[in-house]
Amino acid sequence: MRLVLQFAVKRFGSALLVMFAISVLVFLIFFATPGVDPAARIAGRNADPATLAQVRHSFGLDRPLPVRYLLMMRHLLIDRDLESFVNRGSRVIPQIVQATPVTLSLVIGAAVIWMTAGLLMGTAAATLRGKAADPLIMLVGVVGVSLPAYWLGEVVNLITQKQLHDSVFSWVPPPGYVGLAKDPGQWALHLLFPWLTLALLYAGIYARLLRGEVISALSEDYVRTARAKGLSERRILVRHALRCSLIPVVSLFGLDFGALVGGAALLTEVVFGLPGIGKLTYDALQNLDLPVIMGTVLYAAFFVVLANALVDILYARLDPRARHA
Amino acid sequence: MTATLPRLREARRSPGPWRTAAGDLLHNRAALAAAVVLLVVVVASLCAPLYAAHIAHTDPFQSHVSGTTVVDGKTVPVLTPSSTGLGLGVTPIGPTWDPAHYFLGADNQGRDVMARLLYGGRTSLFIGFTAALISCAVGTVVGVVAGYAGGAVDAVISRVLDVIWAFPVYLLAICLSVVLLTNGLRLGPLTVDAGSLWLPVAIIAAIYVPYIARPLRGQVLVLRNKEFIQAAIGSGAPVPRILRREVLPNVLPTALVFVPLMTALAMLTESALSFLSVGVQPPDASWGTIIEDGLGLLYTRPTVTIAPGLLIALTTAALNVLGDGVRDALDPGARLRGGV
Repeated sequence: MRLVLQFAVKRFGSALLVMFAISVLVFLIFFATPGVDPAARIAGRNADPATLAQVRHSFGLDRPLPVRYLLMMRHLLIDRDLESFVNRGSRVIPQIVQATPVTLSLVIGAAVIWMTAGLLMGTAAATLRGKAADPLIMLVGVVGVSLPAYWLGEVVNLITQKQLHDSVFSWVPPPGYVGLAKDPGQWALHLLFPWLTLALLYAGIYARLLRGEVISALSEDYVRTARAKGLSERRILVRHALRCSLIPVVSLFGLDFGALVGGAALLTEVVFGLPGIGKLTYDALQNLDLPVIMGTVLYAAFFVVLANALVDILYARLDPRARHA
Repeated sequence: MTATLPRLREARRSPGPWRTAAGDLLHNRAALAAAVVLLVVVVASLCAPLYAAHIAHTDPFQSHVSGTTVVDGKTVPVLTPSSTGLGLGVTPIGPTWDPAHYFLGADNQGRDVMARLLYGGRTSLFIGFTAALISCAVGTVVGVVAGYAGGAVDAVISRVLDVIWAFPVYLLAICLSVVLLTNGLRLGPLTVDAGSLWLPVAIIAAIYVPYIARPLRGQVLVLRNKEFIQAAIGSGAPVPRILRREVLPNVLPTALVFVPLMTALAMLTESALSFLSVGVQPPDASWGTIIEDGLGLLYTRPTVTIAPGLLIALTTAALNVLGDGVRDALDPGARLRGGV
């Protein structure tokens, strides 16, 4: 246990370092790339040099780079009053706080669906190996990883909003988001198709991964021992083979979930008109609204790095060899 | 050395790993079918200028706002003013299923969708394949150097990879695209114009380097302690020679396995960036930009959106199936990020 704790402290230390590096990287991408001038973006097209200089001064863009970086981080993390470049007066942190529940609603719901479907499909494929169902299930997996997420969303919109909207899908509300606290029924109804769309993209990967793991676990010595003890096949599958096979699945889930909460669901959010973190980042990127980008990207990196660290610690807890790596 | 061996010995030699793998692949029916599908898509895309010039008789990069075409022997306008809503939009002609006259219909600028799809395929395939090749090549070099050098070099490379890895790939790609699309890329002697196709290639290649470099670094770490490498070091072989003759041949199968899988990933990324209008820039077309063009027509002329999406799905699915086949033949244990 002490080793795990030591490992955890070390891991979180390096996670902090990675987050610092990411904030510097984003800052450099937007402020130190030659030829990119945030002031020109803010001032608009054809601004005269005097206006440009004024904009530069009022946004603090005439100060040296390290000072600007530190100032921005101070406003973001300590004073928590960082303001958008584009909509002056609108603060970054409340925007992120407002967008977070939308993204969480989308990602958690989709995760429940894809994990359930992935576990069922993966286990079914492994036990039915060699039968017709196995390649069929795996085909669903390939389709899932091959579909462009945004296109699938558009097609779903087309079917539910137009083609079959007058018959089968008349109950589907127009794209958008309704808060959970406001109306749980409408919340679920608005999110149903975004959930299914996002889940379809992931269920296949998990099924494929789990199938491989279960098949290799079923040929392990401990499964043979369990059989020799006379346990039922079902108990062997669920209690022995499946349990070990879940380790890589859980670790992959940690990474995917972190990335999605951090904004990787951007395409799904844009297509279904959900005002989540991904949409916020995307809108900010279109306007080069650097403070908002900085806020959302650091927020994203926080979730991804946290998920990475948790997964590594989970591994260390489950597999003693990883502690010394 | 082999050339001096007696002829008899030559005859008994095992076919070698590459030939065995090729044999395995040729017996994999799913992979073969996927290869055929890919071949068809590639050849069709390469024939885009022929189709545009000799079959459709149209220039898919020129708008034909007031053009006309012939359907069932009648001359009809390519674009008709929209009758719904405010009447401001236009409704382009739908699929005619006649290759000479707007086979899949027109987009909202009156351009032939089928011809644009073929041209878009050239762009999408080019970006996907080049980005994947560059990513795999750079990733292999970085992974091998980090794994073999160890120490400070490895620490620095690994931390840099960690940082890119921790960045959700789409966010990083969009950040880079937004910045670079304004002025292009100037990196020492390397200059890429803002509208150039090499810009998305460079961005996509860069963001996926850790996907390749990380697993290969792990492999090299293990290889480094193997007896044959120790023997090569002990016999005084120079480092470049060890890397080239001992290490590289052992990691090359894994790197090759990643090429089709990465191509699929790169194509999906390109299409997503283009869809968000930070990828391929007009006048160039890619499957992603055509989907974006079709968005405004989604409810009236869905073909413009559906057809390129189906082509992306078909191509990436074929690449994934082929990639699985190559993996089974060359290196069954190879895993990209996320175990796929």
